[in-house]
Amino acid sequence: MILGIDVGGTHTDAVLIDDGKVIKKAKVTTNHDHLLTSLLAATKETVDKAIIPLLERIVLSTTLSTNAIVQNKIGRVGLLLTSGPGLSPASLNAYPDTRFLAGSINHRGKEMERLNREDAKQAAADFASEGIRNIGIVGKYSTRNPQHEFELQKIVGDRENHVTLGHRMSGHLNFPRRIATTYLNEAICSLYLKFADSVADFTLKKGINIPVYILKADGGAIELSRSVEFPVQTILSGPAASVMGTMATANSKADAIALDIGGTTTDIAIFAEGIPLLEPLGVTIEGRKTLIRGLRTRSIGIGGDSAVRLQMGKIVIGPNREGPAAALGGEFPTPTDAMIVLGLATTGDRQKAVSSLAPIAEFLHCDIPETAQMIFTETCRRIASAALQFLNEISNKPAYTIHALLTDRKIEPRLIHVVGGPAKQMAPEIERLFITEFDVANCRAHIPPNYEVANALGAALARTTAEITALADTEQKILTIAEDGSQTEIPVNFTLADTIQACRNKLREKILEIDNFLQEPEIEIVESQEFNIVDEFCTTGKNIRVKAQVKPGSIVECKES
Amino acid sequence: MGVERLKKTGLIFFPAFDWAISPTHPEREERLLYTQDQIFEEGLLDFDNIYEYKPEIAVLDDVNRAHICVPDAQSVVTESHLISAGGAITAARKVLSGEVDNAFALVRPPGHHAMLVVHGARGFCNVNIEAVMIEYIRSHYGHKRIAVVDTDCHHGDGTQDIYWNDPDTLCISLHQDGRTLYPGTGFINDFGGPNALGATINLPLPPETADEGYLTAIERLVLPLLDEFKPDIVINSAGQDNHYSDPLTNMRVSAQGYATLNARLSPDIAVLEGGYSIERALPYTNCGIILAMAGLDYSNVREPDYNPDKLRQDVSVTRVIGEEIDQVLRLWDNRRNMKKQLVGDSRYINRNKNIYYDTDGIRERQIETVRICNDCGGFVRIESTASSGNSIFAVILPSRCCPECRAEGEESYAGANRGKYDHIYFQDRERGVFLSR
Repeated sequence: MILGIDVGGTHTDAVLIDDGKVIKKAKVTTNHDHLLTSLLAATKETVDKAIIPLLERIVLSTTLSTNAIVQNKIGRVGLLLTSGPGLSPASLNAYPDTRFLAGSINHRGKEMERLNREDAKQAAADFASEGIRNIGIVGKYSTRNPQHEFELQKIVGDRENHVTLGHRMSGHLNFPRRIATTYLNEAICSLYLKFADSVADFTLKKGINIPVYILKADGGAIELSRSVEFPVQTILSGPAASVMGTMATANSKADAIALDIGGTTTDIAIFAEGIPLLEPLGVTIEGRKTLIRGLRTRSIGIGGDSAVRLQMGKIVIGPNREGPAAALGGEFPTPTDAMIVLGLATTGDRQKAVSSLAPIAEFLHCDIPETAQMIFTETCRRIASAALQFLNEISNKPAYTIHALLTDRKIEPRLIHVVGGPAKQMAPEIERLFITEFDVANCRAHIPPNYEVANALGAALARTTAEITALADTEQKILTIAEDGSQTEIPVNFTLADTIQACRNKLREKILEIDNFLQEPEIEIVESQEFNIVDEFCTTGKNIRVKAQVKPGSIVECKES
Repeated sequence: MGVERLKKTGLIFFPAFDWAISPTHPEREERLLYTQDQIFEEGLLDFDNIYEYKPEIAVLDDVNRAHICVPDAQSVVTESHLISAGGAITAARKVLSGEVDNAFALVRPPGHHAMLVVHGARGFCNVNIEAVMIEYIRSHYGHKRIAVVDTDCHHGDGTQDIYWNDPDTLCISLHQDGRTLYPGTGFINDFGGPNALGATINLPLPPETADEGYLTAIERLVLPLLDEFKPDIVINSAGQDNHYSDPLTNMRVSAQGYATLNARLSPDIAVLEGGYSIERALPYTNCGIILAMAGLDYSNVREPDYNPDKLRQDVSVTRVIGEEIDQVLRLWDNRRNMKKQLVGDSRYINRNKNIYYDTDGIRERQIETVRICNDCGGFVRIESTASSGNSIFAVILPSRCCPECRAEGEESYAGANRGKYDHIYFQDRERGVFLSR
């Protein structure tokens, strides 16, 4: 049996799953000050003493890290950066407590300038004297050669300091994002450690002694004790939980669009052959672009409670929420009021909904039901159009080989999964608009079962994910695994196939080490390229680049319950 | 040096990682590999004012506006050429639609050695991607005055050839002296056809020219000429083989030099041409150019082994450059008086050319005849025979064509003797008509 818990901003949901079927579900109010209370309350009804020995896996998703960043409840971080030639330090220096140090590595991973250890020692002493105990160490091209980061770790890494090394965060190249990711990882780490302690308390209190997993932004799970090195990966796991829940219950291999329609916003995700798309580099949080692997989602300011106004004689929905629906005592009419007028929903005071629409109806010379219909349709139209625009942007992503440019597969959605409060009311209208106004043929709306606990379900079923980036340089005879920071010697005749195999082995090892639930991870090679290294018109070696991943997916197939 | 006004810059990056002339040829798969690494690692695509676009794929009609391909465009271009030309077209469209302020087509394969008539590949080029772009611009956005500033280390002989007779396209090439480098042309006296005197400008630079020499040429020659010519669009054929580490050339330019040159020139569109120091130069020069175009601070962009003392320009080089600039400026000032002297009473002027296609090993003999005209660039007739076996005749009407040239050109095409040639072509750049028989 699997237990999934989603600690959301408002509610904490729990689901208990047996053989792919939801057998119990619960929803309680989240107690932000005392997380343990929420966990205990949500599991009180789902897990009793008899069930505990049967539990095989527990997965949590939490908004804790996200909220800490959004509300700026983060700690002070000292950053040691070796930025080398390129962008000027001034354009990177958007962080307090940053020191730039001499020392550089180039694109081949070769040391171009020695690290200035004296300056590093001075910086470490300065941070210590200011009481800064969280240190981020980031080098340009450190994923190609992490030696300078290791050297700096030795210099600052006494027992009282908590240190994050940039190359551990991701194998992708992007120095500014690597800095942002490392910074955030350290900034939320104290808070996250407390959370991890609460979870440990919880399992202790419940007498549970199986590993607990945490949902990451990419919709994959990570074991709790491992997650403390990468707290930043747990941000945005709320939207990830919703997408994974939709995926699990939709149980389809079709290209699809997923819509989570809430009160204030609608979150859009895209599925290619049933699998949600990931951000190419990483998610953006509070304007900071990061290397945190995450699901590719877009949030638009339209939901059931969006304020409806007239602007230049046109109905405008959102992007703000100005309180609840008029029928529930709000000041502005909302799409929910339109649905109440149309008889699609029954909450609140229908008369208040009617009166809220009257000024708009009068201006447009329409009667109230006509006006309600226009508002309702416009809301659905805006959502459909934003979803298709998002899809279009994804289809226009650049390609760097002739083959990729000529064979680019277009995503053609066949399903529109709709979850969230107004899902049932809006899904048919969105489907109609896709077909009649946006010419998307063969497309139908679908409301996944158990969607009210989709988040907890998504967390419960998420499998462990990971990514490995390998670079074999046969001229230097070095194989570098970026995320591990490991560099091993290879023979000059090391091939692309050898690199792929090394990458697979490494990833398999990594996944099995952290997830005993999996039999055999489904490894996918996402990038494999081989280039000649030529010196004076002679080939002197190969530069081989391989990236492998385990995609987000469900650990067991979900069955109707 | 450094921060200018921020500009919206379009970047069309197409490294063609699956295309090479041959495995160890300078024009091979990994040419832009480390440039890609640098662009990615610096996070350039994350800047709010830098927009990356996918290249479109040019079609054969686009090629036929700029070239006479023998036997036809289909036979001389591959997908890779259509994508790199398409990348240049995308750059132009983004700029002309106002979506961005300027754009850089960081694409390969290059094109500036491809001439008007194409029997095969020369100087690693099959189609002239700038010319395909210029003709695309004129056919979609109306007739424009265009300046091409070719800063590749090799003479931009292809672009010069295509616009030799066009008074509305100013081709300025700054390159290593043809007596010391391929293609061995581009001397000061190559000054344009009789109807377009001064629209071709060549400044051969001595070997070991450094940043200083290039920047002097920009300040003293290029910018004043652009001021007088008043182009609607300035294009930089941004070859990067003047770099001190380039394996094919003998110059001393640094990434700082490239970035500063680009900032001073401020082109609307830059198109990558040559540049074969793929590890030591291209990552830094390209990065410098992108930052300079976007108006971002490039002062910290430098090669790891950059040593300004070693790259200082010799005074003798400085002196030669100064004298040559003076010489070109004298010609330029006199350009309007030269025609009478050159043409006399002739109605037509012939140009005989022997062209060698080094990449494909083809020899071509060509006679180009232009009608002397005071109203337009003049209609052009070409007879060409290549060692690959084809003998052709072509008529070209300029993109702004007077009625007399049009009438004579159409008559010339109609009267061409099919029995004498393997192929006969008619290229009407003004109306976008291309015919062959």
